[in-house]
Amino acid sequence: MNLDFTEQENAFRAECRSWLEANVPKHSLPSGDTREGYALHLEWERKLFDAGWSCVSWPKQYGGREASLYEWLIFEEEYYRVQAPSRVTQNGIFLLAPTIFEFGTEAQKERILRPMARGDLSIAQAWSEPNAGSDLASLKSTAKRTEGGWLLTGQKTWSTRGAFSDMAYGLFRTDPSKSRHKGLTYFLFPLTGEGVTVRGVDRLDGDEGFAELFLEDLFVPDENIIGEVDKGWEVAMATTSSERGLSLRSPGRFMATAARLVDLFRRYRETCDPALRDQVVDAWMGAQAYRWYTFKSVTDMLNGKPIGAESSLNKVFWSEMDVRTHETALAILEQGACLDEGSAAADDEGAWIKGFQFALAGPIYAGTNEIQRNIAAQRVLGLPRG
Amino acid sequence: MHFAFSEDQTLLRDTVRDVLSKECTPEVVRRVWTGDNAERAPVWGTLAENGFVGMAASEDAGGMGMSEVDLALVLEEAGYAGLTGPIVETALAGLPLLETLGAGGPHASWIERVAGGEASLALCFEGQLLALHAPLADLLLVARGDALYAVPRADAGLAPQVAVDRATSVATLAYEPQAAHLVAQGPAAQAAIQLAYERAALGNACVLVGLARRMLDMAVAYAKDREQFGKPIGTQQAVQHHLANAAGRIAFAQPVVYRAAWALANRDRGGDETRTEAELAVSTAKIYAEEAGRVAARIALQVHGAIGYTIECDLHFFMKRVWTIAPFYGTSAAHRARIGAHIL
Repeated sequence: MNLDFTEQENAFRAECRSWLEANVPKHSLPSGDTREGYALHLEWERKLFDAGWSCVSWPKQYGGREASLYEWLIFEEEYYRVQAPSRVTQNGIFLLAPTIFEFGTEAQKERILRPMARGDLSIAQAWSEPNAGSDLASLKSTAKRTEGGWLLTGQKTWSTRGAFSDMAYGLFRTDPSKSRHKGLTYFLFPLTGEGVTVRGVDRLDGDEGFAELFLEDLFVPDENIIGEVDKGWEVAMATTSSERGLSLRSPGRFMATAARLVDLFRRYRETCDPALRDQVVDAWMGAQAYRWYTFKSVTDMLNGKPIGAESSLNKVFWSEMDVRTHETALAILEQGACLDEGSAAADDEGAWIKGFQFALAGPIYAGTNEIQRNIAAQRVLGLPRG
Repeated sequence: MHFAFSEDQTLLRDTVRDVLSKECTPEVVRRVWTGDNAERAPVWGTLAENGFVGMAASEDAGGMGMSEVDLALVLEEAGYAGLTGPIVETALAGLPLLETLGAGGPHASWIERVAGGEASLALCFEGQLLALHAPLADLLLVARGDALYAVPRADAGLAPQVAVDRATSVATLAYEPQAAHLVAQGPAAQAAIQLAYERAALGNACVLVGLARRMLDMAVAYAKDREQFGKPIGTQQAVQHHLANAAGRIAFAQPVVYRAAWALANRDRGGDETRTEAELAVSTAKIYAEEAGRVAARIALQVHGAIGYTIECDLHFFMKRVWTIAPFYGTSAAHRARIGAHIL
């Protein structure tokens, strides 16, 4: 056990810190979950990619710098520390990319990875359907064979930033004679052109962050299938595992939020309830605990013990911690907590009520926490299925 | 960065686990519970013979010179087994303290006796009204200001009390410092006492994690076995969620505790900064481990239902151990205050 960073890791940290400090926009960009903000965020992604910081752990041939997973976590810590723009490409680079690296063909890697990481090709996730949420395997969208490809029909929903994206990935039933997890195929499909209608949906915080996707005989060529036909469930599970596990929410994000909360408490300590002090300490400890849990997970992974169903406990932990951290901030702000971003008297603190609303989505997205607890109970603790 | 125990460390854990699973069964704990408070069950002899009691002492003193990291997993197993007696106080905190301050002095003969398992230690830090294990420990290490006293049990003014965990002895003490008991005094003594406090808090955290794991395992086994409505209660989502919550507490307490062990073992590598880092890590570990222990106890009891609310069921040994040891070597409130004073 050695919990110090190596010289190389420290040098890596210094290098990303100096680049980020010199290049991060001086003023925060408009929300990346709005149309205008999204475009500005993509510009930032291009800058990040061209300097080699978009996907540090990727192979060099796809624009990465072959950083270790520890270095990726260091990059994330530095990224959030300077409050750099949110990663609007994340559903592509963090969730789709691991799937492509594992299941994709060489041609798919060439065609998708670099443009996606550079923000030239923006890709949204399209898992849920109106009647298939937690029970994803009950999905009904179909893909019918046609010459040179497939015709996709059905409806997908809660597609994050789907209203602004070029393409999406999701599961379609290719063998209707089979049920549930069988006979599904993993497709990458366009969000523009004939056969597809996209309708933006405003989220709780008012941003048009969601989209509903209506597909009617949308043509998709064979080359857009990831993995094998009828084997999509296995491919999709690999993605959700990385989503809940490592790549969706790195500790740097929560360490930065905890640091902002500590700063907030220091500024409001004279006016706020002194009992909130312990809650601030709890938020700080939670971020620390998540950090060390993650470093241990990475060591385990590198020692050949991949993150399995334990990632469900991980997802429950960070999502509930994030809600509590924001609740504490709102309690410190007292009446000021009601002021939305942009309200004159809110100063910079309007970000807390906005962040609180987003934090509330954490226990819902990427598999609700109820589903995560079922998974943990059955696959970590070995309890029987109901 | 490399966050994993070495093969030697996990092998040591497996050996201790093996010994304890054979010699520290719930029946053994029950005998201590109902007996004459012979807190050091026979398994202590086996542990001492194998060098586990003296492992943190130097090789000169008959130990193995092992660090907090080496001991963390051993103490977690001690918690899991419900091992009775002052293992944290003796093996991790007291013995190195006695060796640091007492080697070559009038109390030096105790060092080898403790390392060899013939004698055990209890700790009493400043402000502590009760001392865990004191009625059965051979020697009390009592800290007053910047001085450490080594006090034979009979001289400590002990008034034995009854803890909710009958297998853990506890006493109040009315001790007036005597020159004959003085081991050391001054800044070096104070630093060594502070380190012993950190080690005791860390050791307690390790034991609490082990206790939490044990109670979760018991509750999971019970939920798989116990049937209601024609199926195991563990198929019920409400029960599954309780158990997943306990598992989550443990999963996040473990790395925090292991990290604290490493930070404490390597506290001097970067001067004051890393010593402070170690203290904050220990405080976090104690808070997380105590929470894991308390939550696991609540959930295990709830899952067991009425049978868990009896003395017949072994669960109560482990719950009551948590309630008994958790307030020692810094309450969670005290550790939160220490973190708050530093970061806020």
